[in-house]
Amino acid sequence: MCGIVGLFLKDRKLEPKLGSLLAGMLEVMTDRGPDSAGFAVYGSGDADHVKVTLRGRELEGIAETLGHGVKGTLRDNHLVLSFPKDREDQIRTWLAAERSEIKVIGVGQRIELYKEVGLPAEVSKRFGLPDMSGTHGIGHTRMATESAVTTAGAHPFSTGADQCLVHNGSLSNYRSLRRMLEPKGISFETDNDTEVAAGYLSWKLRDGATLAEALQSSLVDLDGFFTFVVGTESGFAVVRDPIACKPAVMAETDQYVAFGTEYRALVGLPGIGSARVFEPEPARVYAWERH
Amino acid sequence: MPVIDLAEVSRRDLNSQLHALVPSTNETHWRVENPNGQHALAAGVDAPITIEIAGHVGYYCAGMNKQATILIEGNAGVGVAENMISGMVHVKGDASQAAGATAHGGLLIIDGDASARCGISMKGVKIIVKGSIGPMSAFMAQSGMLVVLGDAGDALGDSIYEANLFVRGNVKSLGTDCVEKTMRDEHKAELRKLLDTAGLNGEVSVDEFKRYGSARTLYNFHVDNASAY
Repeated sequence: MCGIVGLFLKDRKLEPKLGSLLAGMLEVMTDRGPDSAGFAVYGSGDADHVKVTLRGRELEGIAETLGHGVKGTLRDNHLVLSFPKDREDQIRTWLAAERSEIKVIGVGQRIELYKEVGLPAEVSKRFGLPDMSGTHGIGHTRMATESAVTTAGAHPFSTGADQCLVHNGSLSNYRSLRRMLEPKGISFETDNDTEVAAGYLSWKLRDGATLAEALQSSLVDLDGFFTFVVGTESGFAVVRDPIACKPAVMAETDQYVAFGTEYRALVGLPGIGSARVFEPEPARVYAWERH
Repeated sequence: MPVIDLAEVSRRDLNSQLHALVPSTNETHWRVENPNGQHALAAGVDAPITIEIAGHVGYYCAGMNKQATILIEGNAGVGVAENMISGMVHVKGDASQAAGATAHGGLLIIDGDASARCGISMKGVKIIVKGSIGPMSAFMAQSGMLVVLGDAGDALGDSIYEANLFVRGNVKSLGTDCVEKTMRDEHKAELRKLLDTAGLNGEVSVDEFKRYGSARTLYNFHVDNASAY
């Protein structure tokens, strides 16, 4: 099972509503994935600053401790730190030394990433998704198959700056892929198959592939069932395995591109009645870039 | 004419009302509004009625249909008209995977495209797709007709028994034991009749189609294959 939703805005006027639209889509997918939920939102940010999403306990006061130029936004057990780029190494070193129990789950210019076990509506409310704004966002409701129901096993997975991936399906060659990727400097936090797919794409992107090229090669190298929805700082992409094992539907208007595991998830979007609604073809990469 | 607004009435209530109809019912024309992609709409109907559904539907719409004429004014999700016995289902948009799967009879018309596994294990249904169909369509098809005005994806008719497949466009590849066959007059007549039934008289010539069917090499156990088991 599992449910995926994704929304990539073309019309800037919709940006303040990104969170509320995504929250509505996510909630509809509850019966496909009641174990855990997560989402990534590409919000505000600029090239001079880094945003880091942390997950853990006792996060209050971290921004103040780090001091100069560090802003912290606390949402339940997640803290998004924003700071000037030149402090990144220092802050990461401090976190590793002083607060090693805290998980860094997302890093980039604009990405914020939240995930937790529980029903999607509860997860969305806990982190205040409906009030978030942004250019694009991706969400996932999980029914676990390959690894345990834990927060760490919830999607999205982020293995590179401003990158995130959600997955419906299960991979069968992820152990061998992981053994191939680890010596190349791609590290993993969990035993999850999806994290390996995310790491695979990060490796391809690091070596200069475009998002579309990275997904194209995933069709050759990944074995298993998958529908992926992927976000980068400026991009949004979708791919399904060659036999299209997992369902998918998309809608496109002048205002947005939307993805849902089922059409039901798209019903609340503005102008959906006149949207071009289509099923992405198997083994075909669909990618959009923000300009 | 009963009008059911699914924004107000639950899908179960709709289906219960449809299931309760007797063959002699006077409520022969139903309209369903705000389907919003819900699953199993108008599944299991067994009455000579017409049901119009105003929008996109989810999985297994019109499944197991008997007698009814069901019009979907949008796209259909996985398994539309699955295991249909008789009647007619007409999708005005695209259909997702496994359209008309295992259907024994009736007519399924899809105005747009149908994705993978269209007509999988079909057992007598007649399917017309005005657009193209995805891979693995008519897999293990047993009888009936699948007519495609556009193209067919990979592995068309894999392990097919006795269904007749007619494709006007390109076939990306044929599945195991599926071969192109001669279009004899009887096939042309049968195809013409079906195209006319679907309102395509005058628009489409039967000479533009190729016929595909079973090479019948998988029918019986062959001793040379013994080591494969």
